[in-house]
Amino acid sequence: MTAAGARPKVVVLDYGSGNVHSAIKALELAGADVELTAESDRVAKADGLFVPGVGAFSAVMSQLESVRGAEKIDRRLAGGRPVLGVCVGMQVLFDRSVERGSEVDGLGEWPGVIDELKAEVLPHMGWNTVDAPTESLLFDGVRDERFYFVHSFAAQSWSLEGHGARKGPLVTWGDHGGPFVAAVENGPLWATQFHPEKSGQPGIRLLTNWLQTL
Amino acid sequence: MTHRTHASGDSTLAIRVIPCLDVAEGRVVKGVNFLDLRDAGDPVELARTYYEQGADEITFLDVTASVEGRGTTYDMVRQTAEQIFIPLTVGGGVRSTDDVARLQGAGADKVGVNSAAIGRPELLGEIADRFGAQALVLSLDVKRSPTTPSGFVVTTHGGRRETTLDAVAWAREAVERGAGELLVNSIDADGTKRGFDLELITLMRENAAVPVIASGGAGRLDHFAPAIQAGADAVLAASVFHNGELTIGDVKSALAESGAIVR
Repeated sequence: MTAAGARPKVVVLDYGSGNVHSAIKALELAGADVELTAESDRVAKADGLFVPGVGAFSAVMSQLESVRGAEKIDRRLAGGRPVLGVCVGMQVLFDRSVERGSEVDGLGEWPGVIDELKAEVLPHMGWNTVDAPTESLLFDGVRDERFYFVHSFAAQSWSLEGHGARKGPLVTWGDHGGPFVAAVENGPLWATQFHPEKSGQPGIRLLTNWLQTL
Repeated sequence: MTHRTHASGDSTLAIRVIPCLDVAEGRVVKGVNFLDLRDAGDPVELARTYYEQGADEITFLDVTASVEGRGTTYDMVRQTAEQIFIPLTVGGGVRSTDDVARLQGAGADKVGVNSAAIGRPELLGEIADRFGAQALVLSLDVKRSPTTPSGFVVTTHGGRRETTLDAVAWAREAVERGAGELLVNSIDADGTKRGFDLELITLMRENAAVPVIASGGAGRLDHFAPAIQAGADAVLAASVFHNGELTIGDVKSALAESGAIVR
């Protein structure tokens, strides 16, 4: 936890993802000091790591590999240090993706497969509601708001349970032609399928909620 | 292993209301004369005003004539993206993946491609492969015409020149090549303020499995709901907002009264 009143330091992982500009500005508005870098030491020491991601799963994975993103994320998680993945930055946290019949491995932090939504109109593009668990810290004060989604693929089931005394993962669901995982709060690893940095004031509030846990 | 899922219901996705700003060399082209703005020609200030009014996205149509003038476009996009936290689409003059990279680097979420894709359809696949279909909007200026099977033809130069492309066939091809959204502008309805071309919207909805943005013809509040009923996922308008005839909130209230879901 950062000291009361101090602005948490957040690194936005710099691996060539498009349009990180909005994420940086939104995190600043939400109350963070933000740095765009992939430098190991900076990534490891930040109070929070924000992993952006747009476009194709396979392209994001190879871009992540080019900055040894998997190791950097793993090292943080091994130390219980917070990471927030957004959109494809969330999808890569799962085992793998199936796109047009071909499988691409993800980072495997969570069990599960990313595959195409079964809606008549794709991408799922626009402002939609979510169903957040009452214990959610991420959605505190914004559980009835709409968030901006733009994606055709998602995790459509969730199988990871909590163990022993540890609190189980909190899963927030969305729906577009069927249910999909819209957000997860799992120990230090949190993620949203929607773009908080593009979700107006509710999105900023949600980022502030994350920053308050750092 | 237990698999938790969740009950599925009807779509809860909101209809998007999108104001479009025509800009050239970083300035708003069509006059905005209703707001108490410090600078009514400043696209950044205008975009922020619409953001605060509840716009679901903002679209800039860049009509800058010169290549040199496009530097100002990137500055404008950058400043806008720093101040408004909703999706930003920039169309006009996008001819290469490098153009897309520069716009995205400045803060654009989506780019609109129009005539360059008519000249070289491969451009659509190149953009979709590098940036994803979700970042690529195919913009079509469409006119009724007996020369094509669907009865609608694709035009260029703001509707002044007809191509030989059937609008429906072109939309299907563009989606096949990777367009993630269609911005369908009716040249016949544009500027008339007599309502959207509903037949065109329905045809597009039936033939493309991507979101359809209806454009052209909005003049009154009761014009918007029929466009949604015809199959549009979003409605785009320019002058009715800029002239102060309607606000974003007015349009959303009218849509909500018709039973549509709005934010």
